[in-house]
Amino acid sequence: MCTMIAQQVKILGRGKSGPEWFDVREANVSYDHPYDLPLEHALNIDFVNEAMGPGARVAVELSVDAARQLVQTIQAVLAEADQRGVLEDCPVVPVPVRDPAAA
Amino acid sequence: MAHAYQTDQYEGMIAETVSMKGHNGDAINAYVARPLGSGPFPGMVVIHHAPGWDEWYRECTRKFAHHGFVAISPNLYFRDGHGTPEDVGAKVRAAGGAPDARVLGDLDGANALLRSLPYVSRKIGVFGTCSGGRQAFLAGCRLKGLDAVIECWGGRVVMSKEELTPSQPVAPIEYTKDLSAPILGLFGNEDKSPTPEQVNQHEAELKKHGKPYEFHRYDGAGHGFFYYDRAAYRQEQAMDGWKKLFAFTDRTLR
Repeated sequence: MCTMIAQQVKILGRGKSGPEWFDVREANVSYDHPYDLPLEHALNIDFVNEAMGPGARVAVELSVDAARQLVQTIQAVLAEADQRGVLEDCPVVPVPVRDPAAA
Repeated sequence: MAHAYQTDQYEGMIAETVSMKGHNGDAINAYVARPLGSGPFPGMVVIHHAPGWDEWYRECTRKFAHHGFVAISPNLYFRDGHGTPEDVGAKVRAAGGAPDARVLGDLDGANALLRSLPYVSRKIGVFGTCSGGRQAFLAGCRLKGLDAVIECWGGRVVMSKEELTPSQPVAPIEYTKDLSAPILGLFGNEDKSPTPEQVNQHEAELKKHGKPYEFHRYDGAGHGFFYYDRAAYRQEQAMDGWKKLFAFTDRTLR
């Protein structure tokens, strides 16, 4: 877009878009034009699964202040969980795609 | 806005998705709108903005047809997959935008298609907003056979070395000397990309190379002030911008 400030990180998780959950494999983080937030630029995060096509996307658009507070909050929550010894982690590697038909 | 049509005048239009040859001869899709009749009508290549090949751009393409142009809007994100314009646009946003060479190839293909049509005159312009404004200027400098360039708030015409990427390897301002058509530029003074200072640099370069240009800069407007579907819309500035745009095309394409 007009700033082209964008980075991608590989992630492991699941996201929900509509009624179904799906595996999210990448997070695209940009500071550029949002689609819906009424600002010229925003901190946009798209949780996607590129292998599933452009529609596999969970999007959030945040103001700068909201984005900074979110980062701090994530760090604080992870720190507290670590302190209490309840962190449960696994490496960011591809996991088997969940077959909704098998559920 | 004021329009030349009279209330007792016949008017008709056809608008549809077509296939066209783009960069490297690839088949891509495009949206074409034209007035009914044999013409000849001037052509307009309509470059969609960075958020995607969306409804605003379909309406914009029909607007040009309403004003007597055969207008074509190529899907510059065709190769990035299909889905809603927003989902595909977000994918391209994450990739840092469409590659300049590919975009130019697609725009050249759109121009060639227009020139092949029996109801298109020999005059063809290019219009774009946002990244499309930048690409319109780039097209005016790099492609042959364009008779007018309309650049609306083209961000990153001026680029720092740090902003250059393999897909956008040269700042468009570097090509100013090669601009081969008159250019109309519309900008908001509250825009952050391009900033007023960057518009100054753009204008200075046009002056330096003796290029015919017409820039209009609007107070109280930022980026994307034509977009009535976004908070950026500024009615007064947008209507004046369209008026100046059609006055410019009357001089350059008719």
